[in-house]
Amino acid sequence: MERLVFLLSTGLARGAVLALFALSLVIVYRAARVVNFAQAALAIVPVYVAVAVTSATGSYWLGLACALITGALLGAVVERGLMRRVPQDNPLAGIIVAIGLVMVLQAGLAIAFGPDHRPVHAPFSQRPLGVGGVPLMSPYDLFVLLVAAVVMGALAWLFGRTSLGLRMRAAAFAPETSRLLGVRVPRMVTLGWTLSIATAALAALLLVPTGLGLDPHAADVLFVNAFAAAVIGGLDSPAGALAAGLLVGVLASLVTGYASAAAAPPAVLGLLTVVLLVRPHGLFAAREARTA
Amino acid sequence: MSTLTIERLTVGYGDGAPVLDGLDLTVPDGDVVALLGANGAGKTTLLRALLGLTSARGGRVLLDGADLTGLPTEDRVRRGLALVPEGRGVVAELTVAENLRLGALWRYAGRKHARAERDAAVGQMYELFEPLARRRDAPGHTLSGGERQMLALARALVTRPRVLLLDEPSLGLAPLVVAQLLGVLRDQARSTGLTVLLAEQNVTGALSVADRGVVLSLGEVVADRPAADLAADPALRHAYLGF
Ligand SMILES: Nc1ncnc2c1ncn2[C@@H]1O[C@H](COP(=O)(O)OP(=O)(O)OP(=O)(O)O)[C@@H](O)[C@H]1O
Ligand SMILES: [Mg+2]
Repeated sequence: MERLVFLLSTGLARGAVLALFALSLVIVYRAARVVNFAQAALAIVPVYVAVAVTSATGSYWLGLACALITGALLGAVVERGLMRRVPQDNPLAGIIVAIGLVMVLQAGLAIAFGPDHRPVHAPFSQRPLGVGGVPLMSPYDLFVLLVAAVVMGALAWLFGRTSLGLRMRAAAFAPETSRLLGVRVPRMVTLGWTLSIATAALAALLLVPTGLGLDPHAADVLFVNAFAAAVIGGLDSPAGALAAGLLVGVLASLVTGYASAAAAPPAVLGLLTVVLLVRPHGLFAAREARTA
Repeated sequence: MSTLTIERLTVGYGDGAPVLDGLDLTVPDGDVVALLGANGAGKTTLLRALLGLTSARGGRVLLDGADLTGLPTEDRVRRGLALVPEGRGVVAELTVAENLRLGALWRYAGRKHARAERDAAVGQMYELFEPLARRRDAPGHTLSGGERQMLALARALVTRPRVLLLDEPSLGLAPLVVAQLLGVLRDQARSTGLTVLLAEQNVTGALSVADRGVVLSLGEVVADRPAADLAADPALRHAYLGF
């Protein structure tokens, strides 16, 4: 029982990070209709910046802010400088460019900083707190949950309540009609990339202290699991990314705790397969639009 | 309010022969011009090229003398061109209210009472199109064809355009709805001096609200007459419109 509660609560914290990263994939998918295979590499660059800033200044918060800013800039630069120039008529071209970008970024990081793990310290203790003698979650896990909740709330507010969000949604659904409505669609696409990579960078930054440390591939597994979560949720649905991210996080935590860590990836894959068999468009896919 | 001038406009797809070849046409201030012609004559191509959705190979498009050539679609919209495209141009995933708000956003942005002006403009559209007011929170994809066309027209009018372009608004609609839509169009043109270019297969309906009828054939203007003449003269009608 104690074990179950502990695994559930840590699973929730891991799931929050997954959900955040899955959300970043959904944002860029909705904005540009691409599955960004370079998301992990793009997310880890800002983490290097954050770690450098934190070790130079001693301030975790300054590092976090720099990670967000770097992620946002990186998203804008990659969209304006690279993705926009890729032919849009075939999704393969974008995927190949993204994979090329992964190679360049990860090799570049390894050349600049070395391929080894660098330990990264969490800003709060990672020792689980007990409630009535039952270990629950660590202060850092609580911090992760809180940050994820705040960011998701802010994104939900942006997309659902503001006119900028309205323009971004419209541009994602119907680019041509949106242009006829006066929406500057290319700018909305850039903004989508900006938000997406900043969110992904935040997720990677939250993840790194809980793993082996920082190396150029530190977000790769996160990407794989988050991609699975995004697809389970419907790829197009922020709520789906959130729910599926938490689900995958809890599942992986339970399987790791009761079986072994090696069994977690097949379990996630199994969940993905079952969901896609039952609901090919994911759990939260939008209902088919009326076409006539 | 405004004059739309098309000078030697040439438009084609791929490397095929041009669909429009050196087309000249002026839609004068406050006029309602019906753009007629057989299927494939190039009406849709012309309207899309005017908005920059299809790129022109040559020629110019002028709005009150200002050259629009090379401007992206959204800037042409912001200069005062509005298009109601073929097949009901609304964002199906957004609600009626969101579609209207989106259309009005840029128009009233940066004004002192932006939100109030926007809400007032949207409110006027609900008065004009009563079915939309009843369904304001319904997503676009749940609307009937007629309601969608009303929404497409309303989101164009809400920006108070200088020149309104419409591509077959009556397609697939019941006669009563067509009459209602064309009626709104004529009233708007009269009361606000809106300039209108209306592409239609529904010749009778279009000519009944138009001042002039322009017949397009193989990418050229083959007739440009007062609407009443085209409608009344069987010989003319037969020669240019085939009935
Ligand atoms: N995307 C496209 N690619 C290639 N050719 C096209 C394309 N769109 C239109 N055409 C061609 O351009 C010509 C004019 O088409 P357009 O759609 O402008 O005609 P239209 O007058 O609007 O006809 P309708 O009354 O049937 O709507 C046609 O011969 C058509 O085949
Ligand atoms: Mg047409």
